[in-house]
Amino acid sequence: MEEINGAQSIVSVRDLKFEYTDEESDTRTEVLKGVSLDVRPGEFLAVLGHNGSGKSTLAKHLNAILLPTSGSVVVDGIDTSDTDRLFDIRRRVGMVFQNPDNQLVATIVEEDVAFAPENLGVPGDELRRRVDEALELVGMSRFKRHAPHMLSGGQKQRVAIAGVLAMQPKILVMDEPTAMLDPSGRREVLNTVSRLNREQGMTVVFITHYMDEAVKADRVIVMDSGVIAMQGTPREIFPQVERLVELGLDTPQSTYLMYMLNKQGLGLDGSVLDDKECAEALIRRIKRKAEN
Amino acid sequence: MLKDITLGQFFPGDSFIHRLDPRTKILIMLVYIVLVFIIKNFYGYAALTLFLAACVFVSRIPPRFLIKGLKPILIFIVFTGVFNLFLTGGTPIWHWWIFTVTEEGVRFAAFMVLRLIFLILGTSLLTLTTSPIALTDGLEILLSPFKKIGLPAHEISMMMTIALRFIPTLLDETDKIMKAQSARGASIDTGSIFSRAKAMVPVLIPLFISAFRRADELATAMECRCYRGGDGRTRLYELRYKSTDLFGWIFICLLFAVILALNFVFGRF
Repeated sequence: MEEINGAQSIVSVRDLKFEYTDEESDTRTEVLKGVSLDVRPGEFLAVLGHNGSGKSTLAKHLNAILLPTSGSVVVDGIDTSDTDRLFDIRRRVGMVFQNPDNQLVATIVEEDVAFAPENLGVPGDELRRRVDEALELVGMSRFKRHAPHMLSGGQKQRVAIAGVLAMQPKILVMDEPTAMLDPSGRREVLNTVSRLNREQGMTVVFITHYMDEAVKADRVIVMDSGVIAMQGTPREIFPQVERLVELGLDTPQSTYLMYMLNKQGLGLDGSVLDDKECAEALIRRIKRKAEN
Repeated sequence: MLKDITLGQFFPGDSFIHRLDPRTKILIMLVYIVLVFIIKNFYGYAALTLFLAACVFVSRIPPRFLIKGLKPILIFIVFTGVFNLFLTGGTPIWHWWIFTVTEEGVRFAAFMVLRLIFLILGTSLLTLTTSPIALTDGLEILLSPFKKIGLPAHEISMMMTIALRFIPTLLDETDKIMKAQSARGASIDTGSIFSRAKAMVPVLIPLFISAFRRADELATAMECRCYRGGDGRTRLYELRYKSTDLFGWIFICLLFAVILALNFVFGRF
């Protein structure tokens, strides 16, 4: 892993530990057992892990919804345990959750998008501009006068994204934003997020348990029982099929196909990420065979 | 079947009345309610009818929508009428067995019924011409002076907004739960009233649990969007009084004067 110094990273997590006490049984559960991680500005970071691996708990530390039991989280130079600067942290880290229904507040799309800047006391003209811009960025301008309950899941989730973009955050943290959506909704959200990352240079921390959603990420972190189990680019991580299965995760289908074929001794390129690369690798192999 | 429940009863339009500031409309409504109660004679009600008819005409709301608003309280109106008719003492004009109708009874009953009808028609007109959001916004601003004595004006309006936002969501959910329970053999739509009420329990319990979970998640999402109560909040749509609001005030003041004059000239009844 390359070394990143603290000044360059926008989020820096150092030896983060988090535990909670169950009031009834008085047992302490350690959810995060020493996580260290840096997020660079403009990076698309995917955090993978099966249920209960601590990935959502980690996300909630990034905007001070939860505070570390020990260790530290520093966002854009602000320590999250500095309670005086709570709202400075939250406006920098836009957080989108799993269920789009449970994060929309207002009865009209544009009023919902305005909710965060209204809370921040953004004045009239600037507020209008931010709302229109945010809706434009997620491609929902046409629906600004609609009621949220008339929209599809993917559309609602895009409105939720617009709702945090209106704060003009530096980082977008998505906590399993596609888990409750149908395939077309998942594609909508994923495309919106990767476009924001590519065109607006938005730093994205994308938490998911779908491996294929992490393909577009610059870097992948795999969490397991409260620690970082694997870390690297998708191309480095995905071919390690056995290790991933051990951690309770699937690999993208094309990577898995390559893995199975290689097991038969075909000697293919194991680091393919999507159908196209998979097909190309197979064609290369067939051509090589034909030449011999 | 749950889809039939309409949300409030807002009838969208772009009339003079629709465009009035919600604060103006709420305050005019208060004056109107006071008027309904201080009217002393039938000439007053004639004036009020004229005013209401003019409002309905200007708002272009089909009168049947207003009449529909009376339906749920029809029984209440009938009861009020009948009780006042037979139980008011005075000069008898009709007598049969233990029932006596007095002249005063007839007038009193007519008055009570008219009061109820006018109250409902007036408030229906307000909710028909004002969107729920405009109403909550207007209410928040009108109630904000009472913050000094501890009235949580912003919180009340935030609660109303969230309630409005979640009614369709929870209705959908109720529908889903009912279908799920029916699929497992629960009969919700059949049997006596009691057995039907009992059958609602397995619907309501999951609905409540889910509502609490939603509330918890929504609270976190609101905190993530820097929610910290009403202080220092700005609004996407600031309410501003327009010249039309002045007309509204002039009309209601005129009506007030007319009714006071009618009370004075013709006296009680």
